[in-house]
Amino acid sequence: MALPSDGAICFVNTSQGRRLDLFEYQGKQLFARHGIPVPRGEVADTPEAARAAAERIGGKVVVKAQVQIGGRGKAGGIQLADTPEEAEAHARKILGMDIRGHIVHTVWIEAASEIAKEYYASVTFDRGEKKPLVMLSAAGGMDIEEVARTRPEALATVHIDPLTGFQAHHARWLVYHAAIDQGAQQGVVKILQQLYQAFTELDTMLVEINPLIWTASGDVVALDAKVTIDNNALYRHPELLEMQQSVTEDPQERLAQEKGVTYVKLDGDVGILGNGAGLVMSTLDVVALAGGRPANFLDAGGGSKADEVVAALEVLLSDPKVKVLLVNIFGGITRCDEVATGLLTALDKLGATLPIVVRLDGTNEDEGRRIIAEQAPANVVVEATMLSAAKRAVELAQGVEA
Amino acid sequence: MSILVDKNTKLVVQGITGREGAFHATRNKAYGTNVVAGVTPGKAGQDVEGIPVFNTVRDAVEETGANTAMVFVPPRFATDALYEAIESGVDLIICITEGIPAHDMMQVYTHLRRGNQTLIGPNCPGIISPGRASVGIMPTQVFNPGRVGLVSRSGTLTYQISKELAALGIGQSSVVGIGGDPVVGSSFIDIVTRFDADPETDLIVMVGEIGGNEEEKAAEFIAANVSTPVVSYIAGFQAPPGKQMGHAGAIITGSSGTAQGKKEALEAKGVRVGTNPTEVAELAQQALAAQ
Ligand SMILES: Nc1ncnc2c1ncn2[C@@H]1O[C@H](COP(=O)(O)OP(=O)(O)OP(=O)(O)O)[C@@H](O)[C@H]1O
Ligand SMILES: [Mg+2]
Repeated sequence: MALPSDGAICFVNTSQGRRLDLFEYQGKQLFARHGIPVPRGEVADTPEAARAAAERIGGKVVVKAQVQIGGRGKAGGIQLADTPEEAEAHARKILGMDIRGHIVHTVWIEAASEIAKEYYASVTFDRGEKKPLVMLSAAGGMDIEEVARTRPEALATVHIDPLTGFQAHHARWLVYHAAIDQGAQQGVVKILQQLYQAFTELDTMLVEINPLIWTASGDVVALDAKVTIDNNALYRHPELLEMQQSVTEDPQERLAQEKGVTYVKLDGDVGILGNGAGLVMSTLDVVALAGGRPANFLDAGGGSKADEVVAALEVLLSDPKVKVLLVNIFGGITRCDEVATGLLTALDKLGATLPIVVRLDGTNEDEGRRIIAEQAPANVVVEATMLSAAKRAVELAQGVEA
Repeated sequence: MSILVDKNTKLVVQGITGREGAFHATRNKAYGTNVVAGVTPGKAGQDVEGIPVFNTVRDAVEETGANTAMVFVPPRFATDALYEAIESGVDLIICITEGIPAHDMMQVYTHLRRGNQTLIGPNCPGIISPGRASVGIMPTQVFNPGRVGLVSRSGTLTYQISKELAALGIGQSSVVGIGGDPVVGSSFIDIVTRFDADPETDLIVMVGEIGGNEEEKAAEFIAANVSTPVVSYIAGFQAPPGKQMGHAGAIITGSSGTAQGKKEALEAKGVRVGTNPTEVAELAQQALAAQ
């Protein structure tokens, strides 16, 4: 079996490919549009609404925490309710729950299924092979990782040529090799084809169903939906762009999203603005080596213009923890004079008085440095190298602390 | 010598009449690169600072004998431009465009790898062979002719490390930005192989970052196949671990993709890894002195 290499890391930056994780209920809406059977359900954001939803759905329901992270069941975020009263009580407990750093703001109430078997199905982008990888197992459910570790033969996998696509023979091969129960085979083959279609048509990096169940009455149904979208393709999916609006929690991250800036919040006090994911990551590392703590990752992007620098600084300065700013620019497609102009405009507009350490190198560096030297206020200091700029920023942050 | 671009390069720039295309094509030409043509549909007959513009890449290749194409076309039109470049028969395609959807690139990559043309990028700064040719967006003042082959996933880090090398009086045979996207046309292994075969490259500097496992694969490859010494830098030690949505990533555990994991994989194969750009330049200096 080939090894996909895109495992544990999905740090949000341009070089890793920006991604958008959807909530289960959003994933299920998309699955339904692609013909994949999902249980009937409704979203609720209060216990009372959960109860009303349970009443409309009728019978036993499952109350499910909506967070963009897996393993909700194991964290107590999935509960079975026999009555609407019980659904309300579960929703009261689950809403506001913190599941590994993700606060639950909504629950999804859906009809409970009678599960005969739990399978696992996914299509993922295998970065190592640069091809889609389809995986299927008859031993799905919350312990699928354990199964894959201890009994890898229980997981059938196949890489797909992206030019010729997923064929019925791929689906048959997977179903036989995963030893899917005979009565469920036809349903699973159909769902695999629909799942692959969803994978390509929605420009996803991952579509996963765990569990994919075989019910007592013989149907194959998707009980969970994990969908990750490639942000680079959002321009051709306006309906997905809308889903994105609802998912960002942190106020700075939300502002960054509005402003179109690549930003990840960290917990230090040295605010960092750079251009190019690699240089920004390196800046974080160098600040840490100098004994400081970066407050964020912020990539103003290739070709940053004055407006983008203003937007970036607005995001940075909205974080009250930031004591010092380190602006580290090496212009290629980015032009230093435009960065300098943006910096001055932003300082003027935002009235920032905190210390700002600037390092400018690359395209139009002389003009950039001249603009800063001639026009910048006294809280802006220029350093000649990245290393000295990082050290200066860390000293200043510690000085402010003392 | 040098790799990929040199005095024999005859460059056609796709998207030459756009703001960035015009700016960088002109700069490449000013550096001494033989920029023979530009392409913008509907603008045949115009010129950009003396570079003739054609409607199609095929026209440009037929008229000027271009052997290298640089793609400066916005993401929505970039895959079309890439297929057009491939079909024009040029040997080398360098795609600067950032933001091409991964599904599109999976298809382009699969198609391209069935033939024997070379693609660098997308989402890359291009290639420079100092003193010979520059194709792309690199700030040329930080590069000097020399004997180090530099290959990097990150554009800005390429400049940073070249500047650190320059401070120690070290120049480059060629500098290749392979691009930061999940699907790029050429890998570290492809470029390291070319540098290893280049008699004028005495040392290879490989600049990686978190994500994927190309650095780990390169570590194995270098140990088994490469005689030119290699030093490395990896960015992203402070990057927060990504959250895990589905199980698919974790089920089939490849490498972790972390900076620490990459550093260890490289060091285990005898490749020294600097902790910051300045230190990498020092390691390069020591390695050159040891030869
Ligand atoms: N509609 C339902 N009816 C019956 N049981 C359900 C239903 N939805 C979920 N379950 C049960 O709860 C378990 C966990 O649910 P689900 O897979 O949706 O969440 P999860 O824990 O986040 O998943 P994962 O572990 O894949 O990240 C399922 O394996 C299934 O046994
Ligand atoms: Mg699940």
